[in-house]
Amino acid sequence: MRILTALVMAAACALVLVPFAGIISTSLAPSDQVTRSGGMVLIPESISLDAYRSVLSGGVVTRALLVSIGVTVVGTAVSLSVSALLAYATSRRHMVGRTAVVTLILLSLLFTPGMIPSYLAVKDFGLINSYAALVLPVALSAFNVIVMRAFFLGLPGEVTDAARIDGANEWQIFTRIALPLSRAMLAVVGLFYAVGYWNAFFTALLYLDDAARWPLQLVLRTYVVNENPLGAADLGIDRLPAQPSLQMAILVTSVVPILCIYPFLQRHFATGVLTGAVKG
Amino acid sequence: MSRQATAATRRSTLPARLREQWLLTLFTLPGLALLLAFQYYPLLGNVIAFKDYLPFLGVWDSPWVGLDNFAPLISGDPRFMNALLNTLLITLVQTVVAFPVPIMLALALNALVSERVKRVVQSILYLPHFLSWVIVVALFQQFLGGSGLINNTLRASGLDPIHIIGNPDVFIALLTAQVTWKDAGWAMILFLAALSRIDAELYEAAAVDGASRGRQLWHITLPGLRGIVVLLLILKLGDSLSVGFEQLILQQAAVGLDAAEVLDTYVYNNGIAGGNWGQSAAVGLVKGIVGVVLVLSANKVAHLFGEDGVYKR
Repeated sequence: MRILTALVMAAACALVLVPFAGIISTSLAPSDQVTRSGGMVLIPESISLDAYRSVLSGGVVTRALLVSIGVTVVGTAVSLSVSALLAYATSRRHMVGRTAVVTLILLSLLFTPGMIPSYLAVKDFGLINSYAALVLPVALSAFNVIVMRAFFLGLPGEVTDAARIDGANEWQIFTRIALPLSRAMLAVVGLFYAVGYWNAFFTALLYLDDAARWPLQLVLRTYVVNENPLGAADLGIDRLPAQPSLQMAILVTSVVPILCIYPFLQRHFATGVLTGAVKG
Repeated sequence: MSRQATAATRRSTLPARLREQWLLTLFTLPGLALLLAFQYYPLLGNVIAFKDYLPFLGVWDSPWVGLDNFAPLISGDPRFMNALLNTLLITLVQTVVAFPVPIMLALALNALVSERVKRVVQSILYLPHFLSWVIVVALFQQFLGGSGLINNTLRASGLDPIHIIGNPDVFIALLTAQVTWKDAGWAMILFLAALSRIDAELYEAAAVDGASRGRQLWHITLPGLRGIVVLLLILKLGDSLSVGFEQLILQQAAVGLDAAEVLDTYVYNNGIAGGNWGQSAAVGLVKGIVGVVLVLSANKVAHLFGEDGVYKR
């Protein structure tokens, strides 16, 4: 029984890890080996960075990468500050209109607007084809606000009360007491927002018609999922590596940031920041 | 309360309190603005379901047409019915096949002895949840596609390739495999939390009484998971009319609309791509209302059976 369990777990882990190994080794394999194998290569004969050099030399993929980085950085900053302010204010017991605001937040989880009205609203605000359309409509996650509010409610009341008595205003209590005490929570929520912006496909598909503004996920769809061939002109280079090498290099480029922040993310899973809020 | 504190309370006169209150109100403004603009304003925009949307007039000035936009729903338009049936079928298969996987994974993981191994396995299995659908679909293609790793290997060893990607007959199986690969590990986290809350003394007492491992599983472990299972099934039911828009839209071209059109992609293809704004909004509106009704009634049923559900009574 115990051996069977261990085998099942090992198989599950292999199912997750092998695809990563496959795309990474193909992206690093020399172009002629990739052509010979007709696609995926599990063990590269030698290491070649040609595919990455082509993809990152200033063509469509590079531009999309920069768009994705910009949207992720700006979006996360906006989301985190707006959510923290809202969560903090609604966690203060003496706030006027607190119940009404909290009800609005909770009801937005139950009543989600459909795709058409959302699109028409973004259009009404004149945001179609703007980078703001990739940020503002998804900037506030009611779920994240509730998680953050639960955390602020759990902060020791004596500390904030003492600060108020000493004449601190709410801005000072927020920035000097509440935020420093919530670093771990802010890190987790921030990383979740960041992953969301990085992976965003729906908002870009819906609100951007102009291919020149595409983020990485739409470039991935066009050249990797739909397998449209990348030309040398698209990439701004003369010599083109094999298409599968390029595809894998784009895939790896879009996965690497997730892999980089993942250790920071997963360190907090065990602490129950998320599961506690989900159950509570 | 010390004398200082009383003095401080007295010092916080009305203007001072208003100033303090002002700051809190100010804090909520950016968040409220986003909530109103992108959640509540579009909710009002659902009136478009009862109008003939003319882009140059906008949502509010377009003419009213009563229930005309609901005609495809009422008359059972074949394209709409196809999308509805596909949605229900995919939800059903995914609930039956994919839902139990994380429970089994959590039980298996819990049976591992070493804490370190447990942590490593958890970290690996959570990872795919953080990848986008574009990446997941691309990975599946690279392995199972016509020129993917498996078919290349089959061809190299003189065997016939298997037609998986782009084959309507196995499309639901493929979707379910993708959902499982991406999210089964992550879904495990909630079951692990529930398992860790089960009192260890129950198992000790059962072991003393001579209960076998199977009986312990049946009488202690599974009842301990009931609350979270009910909660997740309610949420799943409320979502039963939405099956992964991104996952479907990415693979639709290869498989064809007969097998790969679901309600959300119907709304997109018919409305945003096809220009039938009112009809699509009508489908979206009915779908939203049905979802809310399903969650509320499932919650009611859960309460009748003494479970907490999504919210408490």
